[in-house]
Amino acid sequence: MKILEVENLSVEFRVEGKILPVVSQLSFSLNKGEILAIVGESGCGKSVSCMSLTRLLPEPPAFYSPESSISIAEKSVLQLNKKELRGVRRENISYIFQEPSSSLNPVFRIDDQIAEAILLRKDGHSADVKNEIIDLLTRVGIPDPEKRMNCYPHELSGGMQQRVMIAMALAGKPDILIADEPTTALDVTIQAQILDLLKHIRERDGMSIILVTHNLGIVADMADRVIVMYAGHSLESASAQEIIFNPKHPYTKALMNAVPKLGISEKSRLETIPGTVPSPEDYAVGCRFSDRCPLLLEKEINNKDLRSLCTEKVPEWKEIKKGHYCRCHCLK
Amino acid sequence: MPLLEVKNLKTWYPVRGSWFSKKQFVKAVDDVSFSLKKGETLGLVGESGCGKSTLGRTLVRLENPVSGNILLNNRDITSLKGRELRKARTDFQMIFQDPYGSLNPRMTIYSTLDEVLTIHTSLDIENRKKRMIELLKMVGLREEHLRRYPHQFSGGQRQRIGIARALAVDPKLIIADEPVSALDVSVQAQIINLLIEIQKKTDIALLFIAHDLAVVEHISDRIMVMYLGKIVESGPAQEVCRNPLHPYTKALLSAVPSITPEKNKSRVVLKGDVPSPINPPPGCHFHPRCPSAREECKSITPELKPSEKNKEHFAACPFKYSL
Repeated sequence: MKILEVENLSVEFRVEGKILPVVSQLSFSLNKGEILAIVGESGCGKSVSCMSLTRLLPEPPAFYSPESSISIAEKSVLQLNKKELRGVRRENISYIFQEPSSSLNPVFRIDDQIAEAILLRKDGHSADVKNEIIDLLTRVGIPDPEKRMNCYPHELSGGMQQRVMIAMALAGKPDILIADEPTTALDVTIQAQILDLLKHIRERDGMSIILVTHNLGIVADMADRVIVMYAGHSLESASAQEIIFNPKHPYTKALMNAVPKLGISEKSRLETIPGTVPSPEDYAVGCRFSDRCPLLLEKEINNKDLRSLCTEKVPEWKEIKKGHYCRCHCLK
Repeated sequence: MPLLEVKNLKTWYPVRGSWFSKKQFVKAVDDVSFSLKKGETLGLVGESGCGKSTLGRTLVRLENPVSGNILLNNRDITSLKGRELRKARTDFQMIFQDPYGSLNPRMTIYSTLDEVLTIHTSLDIENRKKRMIELLKMVGLREEHLRRYPHQFSGGQRQRIGIARALAVDPKLIIADEPVSALDVSVQAQIINLLIEIQKKTDIALLFIAHDLAVVEHISDRIMVMYLGKIVESGPAQEVCRNPLHPYTKALLSAVPSITPEKNKSRVVLKGDVPSPINPPPGCHFHPRCPSAREECKSITPELKPSEKNKEHFAACPFKYSL
């Protein structure tokens, strides 16, 4: 069952007379109980796409193109007014962000911060809030919740703070949890704990999760489906298995080869992608990966027409196999 | 003969308590010994707060140890001062994590590199320029980049400049403190390749500090694992990653999400957080989180001992053979 559907989402930032196409023509959907991973390097637009789902971006500078549509639980997000948007943010979608210490308010105890989310849902009826806080903290695996709920954020470790963030996100009983790099600031052992917790929440509550990450290992571990983004475009989307064992797009392939793999690597050269991630001002006109694409650089494509097609026309988002979408001129 | 030899190094920081309380210390580096050969890469891994950066900074004498010795080429550099220390620093250089923070935003690349060369070498202005161009070529940049400021470069390019700056004085040892963790995957691979290439050409010894085990395994000949200021395991890179002895190393390795999904199933998830280094648990520092801890672990302080199978592979767990 689809609970979120995004079609042709294009977001641009208009700053100082320049128009920056941060996200272009992004389409995807999310099923109930599914973990969808959005992967990409920094600046590829993965966070912006997630923020735009509940229109958290300040407008201006952000503008949505008229073709964009986002529908959550039969509501069309881009047409809603401020009050209705608050409803979506309260009931449908919750977020957890990368740096828990900067997402929590340092001057309030954590029980007050969690209570705020609960009271919003209950229209201010404060009976039983304390029990609910304790229940939430237990669910996210915080030991000794009666005592910990009186702590200030600085008294907790990074992993515990991220658990509090997850508890706050769960307090609104949302359908979708968006986790934007939830473990990037944490150590691997703590990361494993948080990822386990997210899996557990998905299994117990049937929550859908959109997981934004740049770590392909996390994708393999957690995701059902994956979208690979580059320079504001989605380049490939398929099931996690398919993306890892049978990637089709040259960027996905190159990205896979650029990651050192534990237990397999020898001290040798890693395969690299030449050049650097472009900034929105210098996105290529055609395929945005064309200036770094190994197929073009190594002259694997000799056909002149195809070469000029790559640099002049944006490839279409097409299904090359059931459930496997790709944006590349070179794939049939 | 090893190029670098570190003996019982301790870097402690006093913690300010009340007037009457006992004087306490953060034991950031506590009794660490190891050696490093010419042309070798030693990887140092551990979670944040385990003291790996402090160890790196102590080795280049950015921090002062409270006891122990650092021998470089058989010369004790532990208590060098002033001019002597500056002279000695041509032998060991550092690459920092944050390429944004470690370059002066108001200096062009020319003046950044020129400063190093004027302080440490006696080259005249023309030869300095020649040397700079040579250095930039080595790290994959071009001559025209000399006139630019740091903000005009991407993260990967800035890290290349950091590497060029470290190479400027022809060091014998480079300490790289998380050189790739601020970079994107595709750029990270470029920098790792660059470091491997440079090492092949120049035979520099490299201490590579990072928290990403896959990266460390890829680049290192040997690996040391650090936990709360102490080395808990060390040995040849592949040996440590494929047959870890210490339970902490095992947990650390299994916590890394792997691209091959089968590996993720048999995961050991450690409970709890890294304890505070001011008041580390008695006995083995790891015992409160250790999945195979025993009663004795609370009182015995384990020492690094070679494994029975491989004399190069050390672990600080007395029960490693029974695990």
